[in-house]
Amino acid sequence: MFEKALKGNNNYWMWLGFLGTFMAIGAICYIRQFNYGLGLTGMSRDVSWGLYISNFTFLVGVAAGGVMLVLPYYVHNYKVFGRITILGEFLAIAALTMCLMFIIADLGQPIRALNVLLHPTPNSMLFWDMIVLNGYLFLNIICGWVILTAERKQVKPPKWVYIFVYISIPFAISIHTVTAMLYCGLPGRHFWLSAIIAPRFLASAFAAGPALIVFVSLILKRVAHFDAGREATNKMVTIILYAALINAFFVMLEFFVGYYSQIPGHMHTLQYLFFGLEHHGHVYNNLVPFMWGFVVLTLTGFTLLAIPYTRRNDFWLAIGSAALFIGLWLDKGIGFVLGGFVPSPLEEITEYYPTFNEIMITIAVWCTGFFILTVLYKIAVGVEHEVEA
Amino acid sequence: MDKKRREFLKIAGISTLAGLGAPAVVDRLVSGVSPLAARAAVEVQPGGHGAESQAPAEHGAEVVPTGKQYGMVIDVRKFIAQPGLADECIKACNVSHNIPQFPDPKDEIKWIWLTGHENAFPDNSQYHLSETMENNQVLVLCNHCANPPCVRACPTKATFKDKNGIVAMDYHRCIGCRFCMAACPYGSRSFNWRDPRDPQGGLDMNNLNRLFPTRMRGVVEKCNFCVERLGRGEEPACVAATGGSKAMVFGDLNDPDSEIRQVLKQNYTVQRKPSLGTKPSVFYII
Amino acid sequence: MYDSGKIIPGLIIFVLIVTFPIWFNHGVAADPPKAELPKDKKQCVLPLSEIRPNHMKTLNQWRDEVLRTEDRSFFSVEGTMYQKSLQNACMQCHVSKKKFCDVCHTYAAVTPYCWDCHLEPVEEATKEDVN
Repeated sequence: MFEKALKGNNNYWMWLGFLGTFMAIGAICYIRQFNYGLGLTGMSRDVSWGLYISNFTFLVGVAAGGVMLVLPYYVHNYKVFGRITILGEFLAIAALTMCLMFIIADLGQPIRALNVLLHPTPNSMLFWDMIVLNGYLFLNIICGWVILTAERKQVKPPKWVYIFVYISIPFAISIHTVTAMLYCGLPGRHFWLSAIIAPRFLASAFAAGPALIVFVSLILKRVAHFDAGREATNKMVTIILYAALINAFFVMLEFFVGYYSQIPGHMHTLQYLFFGLEHHGHVYNNLVPFMWGFVVLTLTGFTLLAIPYTRRNDFWLAIGSAALFIGLWLDKGIGFVLGGFVPSPLEEITEYYPTFNEIMITIAVWCTGFFILTVLYKIAVGVEHEVEA
Repeated sequence: MDKKRREFLKIAGISTLAGLGAPAVVDRLVSGVSPLAARAAVEVQPGGHGAESQAPAEHGAEVVPTGKQYGMVIDVRKFIAQPGLADECIKACNVSHNIPQFPDPKDEIKWIWLTGHENAFPDNSQYHLSETMENNQVLVLCNHCANPPCVRACPTKATFKDKNGIVAMDYHRCIGCRFCMAACPYGSRSFNWRDPRDPQGGLDMNNLNRLFPTRMRGVVEKCNFCVERLGRGEEPACVAATGGSKAMVFGDLNDPDSEIRQVLKQNYTVQRKPSLGTKPSVFYII
Repeated sequence: MYDSGKIIPGLIIFVLIVTFPIWFNHGVAADPPKAELPKDKKQCVLPLSEIRPNHMKTLNQWRDEVLRTEDRSFFSVEGTMYQKSLQNACMQCHVSKKKFCDVCHTYAAVTPYCWDCHLEPVEEATKEDVN
């Protein structure tokens, strides 16, 4: 089926070329980092994880979000999602590839990465994360490919593949749960030490993943004459709205626990993220704009998606889902991970500023993900057209 | 209920059962896979002071611990009485372990260092602190916890509890994921953001302790309680630097006859962030 | 065959490139290097037939014993006690990393990362700095 990705119009090739340029720049930046060490990033002793891990965390959510299409279709037999479940599965493949690339980019000794398999350590959450992420990637490749092949041949998918489809549903939940457990089981990091992290991650994932699918499906409608269908879009929007609402509810619960209990450790990071934290006469607030960006964008996105008039308009629907996606990225892909390191265990504040090299690598990983996504969606849409023709 | 849903529930049930059984199977597999892995599994067994026994113990009851647990008492009063002594300890450690002194704090590597009293003990009351304490700097280092979160977090067993209770690092195995740095509630771990031998700001290669290696870039490092010196029957470098002042006392916390236990018996001591349940092995006399 | 005019010369060029090391050296292998052995010592940790092919395994085993199982027991060679250590045992007799380690490692095109952390004997280090 790959041949479908090799035939496209000028816009298709220009888009791939655009992504490829950034991928090449990022590759050069990564070689620089590989030769010098992670000192080329803005990370430090106090903020020991940066853009790589924060984007990884967010993208695990995007990958898990695809299950919001798979579950209604395969478990509840919701036929309307039939055309677009493949989009969810292929999105998971692209997002997980980005996740794995971010992890490799973040390792101090990437050539030793397989030590995780050589010395398996079940007490480490990172070990389980490796298992579920690779497992989910494998499941999505199998399911997506087999079902698409069957569709192309216009036969029913083989029965055995449904076993993998059903297994992939709890796997989707598990990838984001285990990723949350990377953070929420660490003593002494008050902001992360919260039992609500895993459900909050899932809620934001179930909003962000489908929001991206809605956005991309609107683009596909314009450039590839692939219509997801009004009913399917509306149902996805409903899912997005509820998930975004639950995420906002969880964020507000964190605020309540911190500020009502008045326990300093529970308030500090929230204070730092949203209002700026004063320490020895200096106010540290470099993440404040991002967090208010999160608030404004999610509110905007939510409103545009909730009002029937704007929801029915493709332009506003696209703006709304993009705003929601970016807003949730600011929350989980920036604030959550970076904020957790402030204040440091020794009650000091070090602010993190990513370097140019680091930003270019991050952009390149995103571009690689979108490159894979474009190619996979090209194949999927090509098959759809072939079947319809 | 349609057929598909019934099928799904069946499969979900079976996979849940499989999921519940999996950890046990994995554990068995891991310990059976190679003598090395089996040995590593034994090392992880906590033999720490006050290690909880498997049987439900009475609340707060100390369980008689087994095995060694090296620990340290730092007498802050003696460091106040002898200004400059703490710097001697830090220098002794830096020289002994070939620790680079990068000028940029972003690249900083430290095993033992001075920090404010309120930074070392943020959980203790800082309200109307005595004047001496308010301006005092305290030595902090890895606590070699009896229940170390960093060891729990490490995905490769590159950091582990050795049989002397020391939280050790195997730099050959570390992949540099820095999960241990996020897990440590004491900020005791440093990462080699760049090559420690970098001619720009790194180690002076003509002036090294040639009995001890350096590190490479991309691995995490921290205080090792001078395990290499203990192996030769010497005291840790920082303890040796305090001379006979007893400002630092080192020994086995699980040996009731050890000097450190006598010091602990005679003095009121505090630990850093004891509420986190990590059971730190470094005690402070304030 | 279509395009045989392109395929056959192409194949010939490919084979020539791949076999470059063989015909360039006229089918004769380069002389195996000779590591410089200590002059005043006769006996190594293990017999030559074992230490030569398996020294990396011995070093890994020492590493795991010393670091991970805290077994820092000493051993005796010709009456002298040694630690289980590359830096503090092997290199006490084999005083030149260049003449002992590097000659074979370069020949075999292996780059063990020992020296990223461990320090080579000091004479070599100073010479390197001069260069």
